[in-house]
Amino acid sequence: MKNVKPAPFAYVRAQTLDQVFDLLEQHGDDARILAGGQSLMATLNMRLSAPDVLIDINHIDGLSGIEESNGKIRIGALTRHNEVAASPIIAEQAPLIAKAMPHIAHQAIRNRGTFGGSIAFADPAAELPAVSRAVGAEFILQGRGGTRTVAANDFFLGLFETAREPNEILVAAEIPVIPANEKTAFNELARRHGDYAIIGLAAQGGVDGGAFSNMRLSFFGAGDRPIMAEAANTALEGKSYSDATVADAQAALDADLDPMDDLNGPPEMKMHLARVITARVLAELAR
Amino acid sequence: MDKNVDISLSVNGQEVSRRVPARTNLVDFVRYELELTGSHVGCEHGVCGACTIRVNGAIVRGCLMLAAQADGATVETIEGVSESSEISDLQAAFHERNALQCGFCTPGFLLTAQELLSQNPSPSRDEIREFISGNYCRCTGYQAIVDAIERVAGERRQAAE
Repeated sequence: MKNVKPAPFAYVRAQTLDQVFDLLEQHGDDARILAGGQSLMATLNMRLSAPDVLIDINHIDGLSGIEESNGKIRIGALTRHNEVAASPIIAEQAPLIAKAMPHIAHQAIRNRGTFGGSIAFADPAAELPAVSRAVGAEFILQGRGGTRTVAANDFFLGLFETAREPNEILVAAEIPVIPANEKTAFNELARRHGDYAIIGLAAQGGVDGGAFSNMRLSFFGAGDRPIMAEAANTALEGKSYSDATVADAQAALDADLDPMDDLNGPPEMKMHLARVITARVLAELAR
Repeated sequence: MDKNVDISLSVNGQEVSRRVPARTNLVDFVRYELELTGSHVGCEHGVCGACTIRVNGAIVRGCLMLAAQADGATVETIEGVSESSEISDLQAAFHERNALQCGFCTPGFLLTAQELLSQNPSPSRDEIREFISGNYCRCTGYQAIVDAIERVAGERRQAAE
């Protein structure tokens, strides 16, 4: 056939996780897991990635769906973005995720892209990795020998690099139900609605009697991975919303963020925009 | 390992079976193998929306899905929804409102608009703009496209009453 774009690869429609483990053990780094494919397919089309084997996990039972029990929401890795966006559980119990969903790409991509795929791909400009840090998510990784749990805070190791071992697959995320005293805010700047952010901020934390506590400001598009703004979080602890509090948090960002030059602009521009969205997010939290 | 895949799927109501290279994108499959050239190939990495195709009732990027993944699926292209008259009102409104000039993006816009109206019979202009935000048009400036979709939404609501 004419007009093929990716380098040649074999394709396996896996029916079971054991089959996935077999293929991962056999092919190692030369195999890629295909979930929604909305990032992977683009990198294949541009030949930024050229695996020997694609393992399609879309037909494995039990990897999809959203359920809540014992104060935790479990989101199956294969759950499509539009299922997450339409979920009443997410809207009520994990509102930060609900706020982020409309910013994730566009309808046709949300029909196909998956929650777990976005996490495992670990694009530093994607929304869900940063959101998962702000909400305190944990990820369930499964290998031949069983499962292990890794906190979102320990999962993202670098540019497209995660704590997932090459013989493991991400099967689910677990999100704590939002505590009664916590609020959420989300803001991102993009050239076109739905495009990857120039920079964005997902925030969740306590707003008790007007004072911020245990605040988690989690940035995306600001470095090689989602970044928790520890200094800004500390600056906010116990403070009420005011111009001075906002200024302190903005100043603290110099210690938190060291953005790279990218197609959107120089680091100084990103730092300026980080301060702008921090002010917007704090105002939203204080409302 | 075999780098070709046997697939059988329904395309616009017809069963088709082919053996294709595994790396073939769905949109290239329908264009070059089935000669359904109404789905267009623009950016080839998911940004422009010209390749929008309906798979199992929901729109997808034809360039971000493999033909191999459509094995067993029900696929509908602009040719199918045109022949069935499912979107004839949208097509007429786009025509009358000048919501296309070169026409390259139009099949993608029509399928996207149809999915919007099937989910939300009375979208606001902002909701229309947000829903079509994944489709690029380099000619019209979008205003006429929003007008056309808004008009069809109103016509369909009236017809339903």
